[in-house]
Amino acid sequence: MSKEELEKKSMAALLNIAGDWYDQMKAGEIPSISLPTRTKYNIEFDDASEVWKYGDKESMRTAASAKSATHLLKMAYVIGFIKQQLIENRSSTLREMYYISEGWKRAKFGAQDESNFLIEDLEILSDVPREGFHLHPEENGASIYGPMRIREETRRGMKTIHCQDDVGQAGYTIPNNVENIEFVDHDAKFVIAIETGGMYDRLIENGFDEEHNAILVHLKGQPARSTRRMLNKISTAWDLPILVFTDGDPWSYRIYASVAYGAIKSAHMSEILATPKSQFLGLQPRDIRDYNLPSDKLTEKDVEALKSELTDPRFATDYWKKEISLQLEMNLKSEQQAFAARGLDFVTKKYLPARLSEMGII
Amino acid sequence: MVLADELAKQQRSISVAEFFEKNKHLLGFDSPTRGVITTIKEAVDNALDACEEAQVLPDIFISIKKISTDIFRIIVEDNGPGIVPAQVPFVFGKLLYGSRFHQIRQTRGQQGIGISAAVLYAQLTSGVPTVVISRTGPKESAYKCEIQIKIESNEPDIISQEPFEWDRIHGTRVQIEFKSTMSAKKKLLEYLRYTSVVNPHARFRVELDDESFTFERVSQEVIACPVAIQPHPHGIEFGQLKRMAAASNLNLADFLVESFSRVGKKSAQEMCERSGFKGTLKVRGFSSDDLKKLLAAMQEVAVPAPPATQCLSPIGEELIRRGLEKEFQMDFVAARTRQSSVFSGHSFMVEAAIGYGGKLPAEGNAILLRFANRVPLMYQQGACAITGSVTDINWKSYNIPQQGGFPTGPVLILVHVASTNVPFTSESKDAIASIPEIEKEITLALQDLGRDLRLFVSRRDKNKVAEDRARAVCAIIPEIAEKVSEIVEKPLVDTSPIEGKLMHKLIVKKWTRDGNVIIELSNYTGHEDELSLYDISGDNAAGALPKADFVSEMDGQFTKVWKVHVPPQMTWRVSYAGKGGGLLEIRGIEDSKKMVVDLDV
Repeated sequence: MSKEELEKKSMAALLNIAGDWYDQMKAGEIPSISLPTRTKYNIEFDDASEVWKYGDKESMRTAASAKSATHLLKMAYVIGFIKQQLIENRSSTLREMYYISEGWKRAKFGAQDESNFLIEDLEILSDVPREGFHLHPEENGASIYGPMRIREETRRGMKTIHCQDDVGQAGYTIPNNVENIEFVDHDAKFVIAIETGGMYDRLIENGFDEEHNAILVHLKGQPARSTRRMLNKISTAWDLPILVFTDGDPWSYRIYASVAYGAIKSAHMSEILATPKSQFLGLQPRDIRDYNLPSDKLTEKDVEALKSELTDPRFATDYWKKEISLQLEMNLKSEQQAFAARGLDFVTKKYLPARLSEMGII
Repeated sequence: MVLADELAKQQRSISVAEFFEKNKHLLGFDSPTRGVITTIKEAVDNALDACEEAQVLPDIFISIKKISTDIFRIIVEDNGPGIVPAQVPFVFGKLLYGSRFHQIRQTRGQQGIGISAAVLYAQLTSGVPTVVISRTGPKESAYKCEIQIKIESNEPDIISQEPFEWDRIHGTRVQIEFKSTMSAKKKLLEYLRYTSVVNPHARFRVELDDESFTFERVSQEVIACPVAIQPHPHGIEFGQLKRMAAASNLNLADFLVESFSRVGKKSAQEMCERSGFKGTLKVRGFSSDDLKKLLAAMQEVAVPAPPATQCLSPIGEELIRRGLEKEFQMDFVAARTRQSSVFSGHSFMVEAAIGYGGKLPAEGNAILLRFANRVPLMYQQGACAITGSVTDINWKSYNIPQQGGFPTGPVLILVHVASTNVPFTSESKDAIASIPEIEKEITLALQDLGRDLRLFVSRRDKNKVAEDRARAVCAIIPEIAEKVSEIVEKPLVDTSPIEGKLMHKLIVKKWTRDGNVIIELSNYTGHEDELSLYDISGDNAAGALPKADFVSEMDGQFTKVWKVHVPPQMTWRVSYAGKGGGLLEIRGIEDSKKMVVDLDV
């Protein structure tokens, strides 16, 4: 969808929401809105797109209590604000919008979480990603390093960049808006998305990308939307295997899940943000056992998170059930950098080659 | 010499006074801090009991003054009947001396240990004798007496006793000096406050060094003094039966009827038959074995519960409520006085109250006030049957949150156990022993009150929901309408039909815009009432349209009154230049039919 089409769709959708409320009030009814319930109990696997999306459970928000009425009032103010942005062709960050709301009296946001959540509601209602509202996230995207060439439309014109030859040691920084990137060519066999900066640097320093023709992506913890969109685009444009390499704890498995299936928070965007073909490389609970890695005891919260994952539809496979049960049994977790205990080359010379051939990648 | 002879030399009787010197904790004198509270408690108990017996409204003065670093002088003065000079040394200078021990009726003090224990404690820590001044009437002279206790023999040691010029017509004043600290000041005031709650007919004046406090009486009624009754056959023990039999000239059948409460001819005959003795036998000649058989037979025969109305003195629901309302500001108070009941032949009665909201602390455990025979129990809360009963109740079923058994939130619970024989866990009388009959009564009383409280809370919540809805409909929806109309670029949508449809009430709105105050009355009630609108604020509303029917000023606040008729489905409006705020009130319509919303808030 072109930029203009997206803006047009977004404007129409927003005006539609306001128009519904106008008609409701004109008919003497209390304005209301219905939204899918945004919990893990209401996400379903969509066979066609192979990602997890919201199910049919909807909750109705009626302005009959002060709390709900205020929520609708805030939404009306945000719609008015976005309408103005689209007309004036300006954009702002979510944080800027949060500060702008200071002037909205009763409709001002109590915390930034609230405005973020509201924007997600609007994305769901309008079926338009936030870029279509001219709102972009705060954080800059993560980095990418490897044998690939892209073309980016920057504010200073079109630039063609090779992600090994034309970039510094830290790699190419993924921009906020990935829609403007063109994928030119590549010489890669697979992509490894890595949770921590330490491991990303280790692989670059050890020359893993050159030795194995690998594209390395730094996820920077829970990946930003632009990073997930980037992985989705690489996967669809070049059909490369995407492998996710994280720490061996419940929070890291959620990072994998959000890359592969989408996040519960953004299940409405799963189709463009998730990469269902991505695979979990490690660190697997069995690696802690098999490689006798330095480890820590699980905390109460870890155990709680692992148990919650056992009921999360995104982890409802035999592989995950087995691995999570094993981890609960061992009561241990390890970081991916724990491999350093066996020497700095161990991860690139032994662990990754062994694991990748086990997965049938090399 | 054999060892037994050696030991025999060391064996001698122990005086009660000596025993208590070594076991201070049994009487509540285990620490200097606690000593103050125990002393005041014992003196106040005695004063209240004495006033009750004399049928006067108690006026009690309490003073605590620091004499030196760790010596405090405690004075408790009452307007009771006084004590005759000859008795004073025994009342204060001999442990286990008292008038109430042998009586079966509800009293605060009982064994005659309390106040003399304080005298003993003073003697041991400061060495200063206790000074007692007492006067029995206008015709009698007051006497002043300095007393200590002879520890070896438990006999009073009179240091001096002489007539004294005293302005009181009757009453008693005790002055005790002992080693202590004031670290328990908060607890002491708490004790007096709680005492005042359950003795609403008494006034307490307190001087703590330089501070003074008064706990005022709220009832002018002298409480009826409980009357002693005879022992109940189910509440008697062997020793007492033996003493009674030895002192009696009667034959068995008459002895049973005359000496016990609720034993009639028929029950007496049944007891005789069961024990195998003839009713005509003189009881004085009974052997110990005979008496044991008799006692067993007495337990087997069903006898009605002892009469409770005379020997017990419940506070009563009304006075508990007034007592609580005077000391705690709460939104809700309810009290229950249960019917009297019996455990092991002793009459008892449970009273309870629950308070909610107001100025009670919103967080944390409920405040629990425990009382036995109108005396607050200040220590060992955890060991008390009252606490056990409170925590065993499922408060969640009354919509009260509960944590670790304790109800939490702005809740106050009062439980009073009145009995001819309160079963304390120890002599310091801090906690009631776990007696199933008593616990059951407490539970029933609290469950009953819990239901009242649930009703109150749910009504209050319902009002909250209604207010919340009114705020949404009257204040927020119009703002949504304004914003939405602006976005879709259509004329401002009128939201008053939503109001009318939802509220079926008279809706009063006040708001300020551009230096103008606007008040609007919309009548959705379906009928017309004659209304008065009271608007009290700093604005004088000189140029009001329409003009106010009446305006008055006080301290810069103007009260504006409009007489208003609003036909059904119509809206009346007034506006004037001003800043808004203040109070808005509508008269001439029931509370449930109106809703006042200040849109500026």
